[in-house]
Amino acid sequence: MTVTSPLRILIGKVGLDGHDRGVKLIARALRDAGMEVIYTGLHQTPEQVVSTAIQEDVDAIGLSVLSGAHMTLFRRVLELLKEQGADDIVVFGGGIVPNEDVLALKEAGVKALFGPGTPLEDIVRFVKELPRSR
Amino acid sequence: MNERKSRFSSLSGIEIHRLYGPDDLKNWSPDRDLGRPGEFPYTRGIYPTMYRGRLWTMRQFAGFGTAEDTNRRFRYLLEHGQTGLSVAFDMPALMGLDADDPLARGEVGRCGVSISSLADMERLFDGIPLDQVTTSMTINGPAPVLFAMYLAVAEKQGIPFEKLGGTLQNDILKEYIAQKEWLFPPAPSLRLVTDVVAYCADRVPKWHPISISGYHIREAGSTAVQELAFTLYDGLTYVEAAVKAGLPVDRFAPRLSFFFNVHNDFFEEIAKFRAARRLWAREMERRYQPRDPRSLQLRCHAQTAGCSLTAQQPMNNVVRTTIQALAAVLGGTQSLHTNSMDETLALPTEEAVRLALRTQQIIAEESEVTNTVDPLGGSYYVETLTNQLEEEAQEYFRRLDAMGGMVAAIEQGFPQREILEASQRYQREIERRERVIVGVNGYVEQEERPIPILKIDPEVERLQVTRLAELRKARDPFKMAGAVASLQEAVAGGENIMPPLIEAVKAQATLGEICAALKEVLGTYREPVVL
Repeated sequence: MTVTSPLRILIGKVGLDGHDRGVKLIARALRDAGMEVIYTGLHQTPEQVVSTAIQEDVDAIGLSVLSGAHMTLFRRVLELLKEQGADDIVVFGGGIVPNEDVLALKEAGVKALFGPGTPLEDIVRFVKELPRSR
Repeated sequence: MNERKSRFSSLSGIEIHRLYGPDDLKNWSPDRDLGRPGEFPYTRGIYPTMYRGRLWTMRQFAGFGTAEDTNRRFRYLLEHGQTGLSVAFDMPALMGLDADDPLARGEVGRCGVSISSLADMERLFDGIPLDQVTTSMTINGPAPVLFAMYLAVAEKQGIPFEKLGGTLQNDILKEYIAQKEWLFPPAPSLRLVTDVVAYCADRVPKWHPISISGYHIREAGSTAVQELAFTLYDGLTYVEAAVKAGLPVDRFAPRLSFFFNVHNDFFEEIAKFRAARRLWAREMERRYQPRDPRSLQLRCHAQTAGCSLTAQQPMNNVVRTTIQALAAVLGGTQSLHTNSMDETLALPTEEAVRLALRTQQIIAEESEVTNTVDPLGGSYYVETLTNQLEEEAQEYFRRLDAMGGMVAAIEQGFPQREILEASQRYQREIERRERVIVGVNGYVEQEERPIPILKIDPEVERLQVTRLAELRKARDPFKMAGAVASLQEAVAGGENIMPPLIEAVKAQATLGEICAALKEVLGTYREPVVL
């Protein structure tokens, strides 16, 4: 009998802004849905996030950015994952991201971006259906 | 008769009855609990004539890109009838970092103006005589440094400090509670706040040295009761720190000001402002017995709730903001910022900001609500809510006292946890459609029409980085290093930070260099993660 271990998700707050209301609600919702959630805390650099993600052997990284620095920070995380051969880890995120930036980031490899007002259950469902990297 | 719901409750969860009447106010005394406007306990307002005497200050928070970009926005707002300036700094500045710091990548000028040096501050206020405007600066961790830069600009414009009016947010406690932008641990931070209070009492008497802020606490997901309780308790903590440092209460308490959020629950919000004034007056009287009545008066700024706005059908945000602004006015605020409809998408466009300002002007000039003071005073409902908010806030005061004060409570994660629980409750109510948010979980439109949004030129970062490199090359390195060393020595020796700080900014030390030097003396902080 095979026992599937729960999905491991890193929830990260990259950049300098301290808006952690949304990210904490999402971390709680994923945890309540039975996933293993690692929350990084505030003010993380892309380097710190990627190194934690690899160390913790996660299936996906969810990033929250509300400072407007999303283009720089998401791209940097994708770039670092690729450099370290860990680009099987799915990257998704949320925050204040204008539509055209959403399109550009999806093209760059971000799997999904959730804007303000997204129901938590949509995010939980999205994460549950993710492929496992392990 | 059937009602639409089994239980009606305020946005903060207070149960609301079908009708309020004399029975609800049995223990309420108009003489003791209401008083006259301009008189203790100030429930009806801090001035006898309120808006019949003078309208509130319309103060739109603005800042983006370079100092020149924001300077242009300031001049635009002044030309359109705004009466005070309010500076939004970018994330690197809020965190005490220079624009060329590796941690600032992608953040420069994005959600506020990029200021790294005295030269940037000079460009920000170019052509704006600082004795003709009042300026509010939303800055906390590095507040003393930005304030020193502002004072240095005034000095250069030849304006004596006594003539400067404005507000420094400088409220570090709510950073640990809600906004999460700090540089040093709570205790030394509290000491820097006290230094600024003492310096202003002495040298910049028309300045408000702290704006004790509930805004961010509410935005982080708190209820109105929590916003009221934690904010006023923070205020009492600052008063206690200044009194302990040897300042007589009447030397500084008349210059303290507050900053509240105005959310969607119209009557609860009005009651919150009224309860805040009464509770502050009573607590200040009980704890410090000031002689100057102004030490008992809660002056405040208000901003409509950013977190209430929706990315869906953004035009609807104009309506939400109007209702909230009206509540702030009926609550008796001294100044007001109205959010723009596009702020869940980006920083506001000029067009959107103008509409937000016009919203205030329409309330002020056309609605006639300004004709009488505290028009809702004596309403069974509003007085009952005012009583309930005050009582529930006092209950939090007792719990915080028992924990050993706000710094201890923060270190235990208490206010953080209370807010997180409240935000989860609110979110659950929305997900279950117990609360309907138009355009989000009700009245949804499949096709969203996009609205124009403001774009920040990525050149801003490159320009700021170049300018900093040039500044570092052009300045006298020995003078700069000497000034920073004197600053460190003064701070380590317990002297007031402001005089050596002004010398350091005038010697062209940058914001990031100064904050790094201060961290060596005061230490850094990592929060207990509450999840």
